[in-house]
Amino acid sequence: MSNAVTFDTRTDTAIPVESPLAFSYRQSGAPRAGSSSRVQLRERAMLGHLILRGGAIVLDEAVRDVLGISLPGKPQALVQDTSGERSIQWLSPDEWLVIVPGGEEFPLETQLRERLGNSHYAISDVSGGQTALEITGEAARELLMKAVIYDVHPSNFPVGKGVTTVFAKATTILRRPSEERWELVVRRSFADYCYRWLLDAAAEYSVNVEQ
Amino acid sequence: MSQSQQQVFRLKAGGRIDRSRTLSFTFNGQHYQGHPGDTLASALLANGVDIVNRSFKYSRPRGIVAAGAEEPNAIVQLGRAEAAQVPNVRATQQALFDGLAACSTNGWPNVQRDLMGLVGKLGGRFMPPGFYYKTFMAPASMWLTYEKYIRKAAGLGRSPMEADPDSYDHLHQHCDVLVIGAGAAGLSAALAAARGGARVMVADEQEEMGGSLLGSRETLDGTSADQWVARVLEELAGCENVTLLPRTTANGYHDHNFVTLHERRTEHLGETAPVVNGRRPVRSRMHRVRAGQVILATGAHERPLVYAGNDAPGNLLASAVSTYIRRYGVVPGRQLVLSTSNDDGYRAALDWKEAGCEVVAVVDARDAPAGDWVDAARAQGIKIITGSAVIEAKGSNRVTAARVAKIDIEAFKVSSPVQELACDTIASSGGYSPVIHLASHTGARPTWRDDILGFVPGLVKGVHACGGANGTYALGDVLAEGVEAGIKAAAATGHAAPTVNPPSVERLQQGPAVALFQVPHEKPSLRGPKQFVDLQNDVTAAGIELATREGFESIEHIKRYTAMGFGTDQGKLGNINGMAIAARCLNRSIPEVGTTVFRPNYTPVTFGAIVGRHCRDLFDPERYTALHQWHVERGAEFEDVGQWKRPWYYPQKVNGKTETMHEAVARECLAVREKVGILDASTLGKIDIQGPDAREFLARIYTNKWEKLAVGKCRYGLMCKDDGMVTDDGVTSCLAENHFLMTTTTGGAAAILEWLELWHQTEWPELDVYFSSVTDHWATMTITGPESRKLLAEMTDIDLDRDSFKFMEWRAGKVAGVPARVYRISFTGELTFEINVQANYAMHVWQTLFKHGEKYGLTPYGTETMHVLRAEKGFIIVGQETDGSVTPEDLGMQWCVGYDKPFSWIGKRALTRSDTKRENRKQLVGLRPKDPTVVLEEGAQIVFDPKHAIPMPMAGHVTSSYYSPILDSGFALAVVKGGLKKMGETVYLPMADGQVHEAEIVSTIFYDPKGERQNV
Amino acid sequence: MFYIYCPYCGEHREEEEFHPKGQAHIERPKDPEACSDEEWGNYLFFRNNPRGVHHEMWVHAVGCRKFFNVTRHTVSYEILETYKMGEQPSITADSQKQPREPAAVSHQEGVRA
Ligand SMILES: [Zn+2]
Repeated sequence: MSNAVTFDTRTDTAIPVESPLAFSYRQSGAPRAGSSSRVQLRERAMLGHLILRGGAIVLDEAVRDVLGISLPGKPQALVQDTSGERSIQWLSPDEWLVIVPGGEEFPLETQLRERLGNSHYAISDVSGGQTALEITGEAARELLMKAVIYDVHPSNFPVGKGVTTVFAKATTILRRPSEERWELVVRRSFADYCYRWLLDAAAEYSVNVEQ
Repeated sequence: MSQSQQQVFRLKAGGRIDRSRTLSFTFNGQHYQGHPGDTLASALLANGVDIVNRSFKYSRPRGIVAAGAEEPNAIVQLGRAEAAQVPNVRATQQALFDGLAACSTNGWPNVQRDLMGLVGKLGGRFMPPGFYYKTFMAPASMWLTYEKYIRKAAGLGRSPMEADPDSYDHLHQHCDVLVIGAGAAGLSAALAAARGGARVMVADEQEEMGGSLLGSRETLDGTSADQWVARVLEELAGCENVTLLPRTTANGYHDHNFVTLHERRTEHLGETAPVVNGRRPVRSRMHRVRAGQVILATGAHERPLVYAGNDAPGNLLASAVSTYIRRYGVVPGRQLVLSTSNDDGYRAALDWKEAGCEVVAVVDARDAPAGDWVDAARAQGIKIITGSAVIEAKGSNRVTAARVAKIDIEAFKVSSPVQELACDTIASSGGYSPVIHLASHTGARPTWRDDILGFVPGLVKGVHACGGANGTYALGDVLAEGVEAGIKAAAATGHAAPTVNPPSVERLQQGPAVALFQVPHEKPSLRGPKQFVDLQNDVTAAGIELATREGFESIEHIKRYTAMGFGTDQGKLGNINGMAIAARCLNRSIPEVGTTVFRPNYTPVTFGAIVGRHCRDLFDPERYTALHQWHVERGAEFEDVGQWKRPWYYPQKVNGKTETMHEAVARECLAVREKVGILDASTLGKIDIQGPDAREFLARIYTNKWEKLAVGKCRYGLMCKDDGMVTDDGVTSCLAENHFLMTTTTGGAAAILEWLELWHQTEWPELDVYFSSVTDHWATMTITGPESRKLLAEMTDIDLDRDSFKFMEWRAGKVAGVPARVYRISFTGELTFEINVQANYAMHVWQTLFKHGEKYGLTPYGTETMHVLRAEKGFIIVGQETDGSVTPEDLGMQWCVGYDKPFSWIGKRALTRSDTKRENRKQLVGLRPKDPTVVLEEGAQIVFDPKHAIPMPMAGHVTSSYYSPILDSGFALAVVKGGLKKMGETVYLPMADGQVHEAEIVSTIFYDPKGERQNV
Repeated sequence: MFYIYCPYCGEHREEEEFHPKGQAHIERPKDPEACSDEEWGNYLFFRNNPRGVHHEMWVHAVGCRKFFNVTRHTVSYEILETYKMGEQPSITADSQKQPREPAAVSHQEGVRA
């Protein structure tokens, strides 16, 4: 073990939870636009988010063993398992973001730590600190162009890419898990700002929010 | 009034307007009509409106001069509704829409009967050249006096007084090739680059793309120029890799090919964006373009000739005359005299004649003009007066005659008797100036070319200029240059050079132009009638001559002295003429006088488009904790801490009256000291530190010792920069041997994480340690006060016994059924537990605390109470007690400095510099006002001797000051020179109102000096 | 608005994602206690301000959070190269003396309108 402490922050008991956008829905609403909508927003709440730090070679083996997908070694790469529910994204040469279904993050961390033994690495659970916002629809790309300084043209942003960049005046992770879907990973404290920003910018596309 | 009566200058046919529809508009309250396709300027000319403004300084009547962005006079205030007011709109660039309302920005009470005109007569003496310069040299108060007058007189437009109903936004664009300008050069460049497969953007500022081709006499590939434009646009519009942006001005060209485009999306439709499907579309949009390559195809602006009386309505650019006739079907007069130095000007006379109006004469400065258009004019029977120029326009509200004479350009004098030709319009052409503004934004120096009598742009990497912008004017050459630029730009971005043949055009025979800028008059410039150089700022040739006589030699100085080019048009028409005049007066060449520099924006941009969506409640991110809604519902007042919204205090209603801040804070303070309070401390920065060298890293970055901190323990740490000055503080806990959790100040979280990375990445990469922010992951609820243990005990499985869970320790367990880490640390001096849970559970835990806490008097408190409580204990706040010039020793915190640590930690060496060791540094002390009802002002200066003559030597200042409810007294923290050795001494705080407060220097710890309460 | 190639991300990114951190290659003295006040003061406070080629440290703050070095021309603002922490520049003021003082990009001297 790397002599770090792990801590399962979740509990099975029926304790009410509030996703980062819970406040925003109450405060700003969640517009329903139906079929006329050209942009759809959906929070993928309560997922498990882990930050993995360490050398790519060391981590890759462990991740492959435990998660069954390989660690993306190339900058800006995003890989997913076949179900699309588990993903690993390159954040920096020694940093990756792992997103898994909620509740899987603690067993995953435990397994990774067992597998990694005494190597030098770090795993930090940030599940409570960020949330994923899915953006779909024909106007999704134009909506992103309003907010994101990074080039989201398909020639520069193919499926399987993810970047950390500027969203309006906040920092977000933007990724493209599939042809139709974009995903913003936003920090909890900025989630309301990003949500309000998206509602405002997407109003002209009759934005539809799925709760 | 019938339409035909109104639009008396409208041609029966021709132009690109739609005569089948009529649009109504008002100008200065008068009703007029025009057609779709008109600009406000063309519609005004069609209606015979001569005077569109009064001039800035002399209040002279002014008319429309140009047909595009270079227009200096027709600057209007747009908007019928108050909320829709837009100042600074050029009538030549404003599309006409039904219901448009515009008025002049100058002239009071109106442009026709201008009372300011009387003052204007004095204006020359009141604001001579050098007025600004001399005024700024005078005491600053003088400027305020003048400014009021100038604004009243000049009427620079006004802002709306009501909220703008429209929305604006930004679009972040990236492309291989950005083509600016969609005339002959731009379109052929875009076509070439697009066919090569590059991602192409084309921006053009006009209502329609095509530039001068829309009103050209020439044919391309045997078809009319406008048909060729339509064909090219159709092809480009069909390309997936091409974005066409009409009504879009490239306003700024910034570093590394970053260009800002301003797209007017609804300005041609109405004064506010028309509602579509129940909502208003975006009115204007700023495209922030990062381009691989930029092609400047911005064309050229015609230069007017500078002759006496050249500012009266009826004096126009020759090219503008052609544009009004050919594009808008408007002849802006009846009898034309054309004064030209080149062949191009002849087009105006030909167009005028073809429109069925009288060309009185073409006055050509050249002795023997020859060329196709000269021949055409002769063939039309137009009278050509050679070797001559219009030396003066007669008439003030409208041109009535042109005074024409032979001129000797070399000797700069009139060389024949003057003849007077009756006319109502004088068109002039002094040649063309390439539009080099955007290239100039990059800082590149333009180059003067004698052969075209103009500056061509200097070019940084990745930019091409073609066509008029490059001083190339013959259509065939322009098209070829465009294609070449397009191919080159596409190739530079990795797109194979396509084969594109420029369309074939007939090559015109043209004679050489003559260099004529200012036209001589019978009288010397300083005594003759005014010859205007900069119409918008009323700068005359005489003014420039005067400037050179007063010793100004560089054009940059002359511009400042005369204000030439300082208007909203940035001297698009006048700058080169002004430089030529200065050069003549100084007996130098134009480039020797200097080059001229333009800066963003090319034309004025509304604030809305600049701001985009970053306004109102989206102005700046507001960061919320997981408990924000509770605070809102509880009626908290919020304080901005960085971007966070933190509860400041929670005013309650007492007997129907809402507490003041003072009352609320006093209540909250006593609740903590006597019972239990709760604070949302989630905003504190939290950094997860893991790795075998984590402990060593902490020891290097903090001033104090970390080697012995055991698992389960917490320690306060102080951080310095290497200059020895305190930069952050916080508690760090040992979670496991190789695992620590650092907390930082709320405002410092991001900067401290970067700070740790800086040292790790640049100086100590050999240390095995990683840092990750977990600030948002945890919600932190601080319960503090004598009852806090009892409260927590009701809802946790953690053993809270004082001996098994000691002060400065942490434990894991469950709180309200939720996994939690609880830290026994204290920022209030009371028994305190900081409960940390995953943020998604925070609301449940918080509410449960209140369910159980009611019987203990659990009271939520905000940052103000937190400040009072910590100050009573003498705990510092970095950024309040410190300001980047305070060392740990200045704070009296030697207990937190590991002088004997093996590694020379960040800040250590600086503590032994002569200045940091100096006696008499400002040191942190407590201040007890002699009058306990006094709360000293934060920031108040401290002196030792209030009787000292002014200026008194300052001895320090108050850093924190509050009323303490528990002490029932004001108290303060302060930095005082040598303060630590002055305990018990009295200092004085002279206030602005003459009062002098007295205070005693005391310990910084005002309450519970032994620290017993937090240890219970 | 610079367009900066991050050597770790392997891409050009907008300046908004970066923070400038001052002159590059400033090394903290290995034994600070052995420095004179003057030497320590030089390390802390004194920096070059060349007209021409300059080496700067930047951090890809909104991105990979890595520090790296930028060789930039302080007149044209052209970025000549970027390189990772610990690497040495291949372009320096000396190596640039002959070909590069780009005439087309020299800024106007003195005041600007
Ligand atoms: Zn990077």
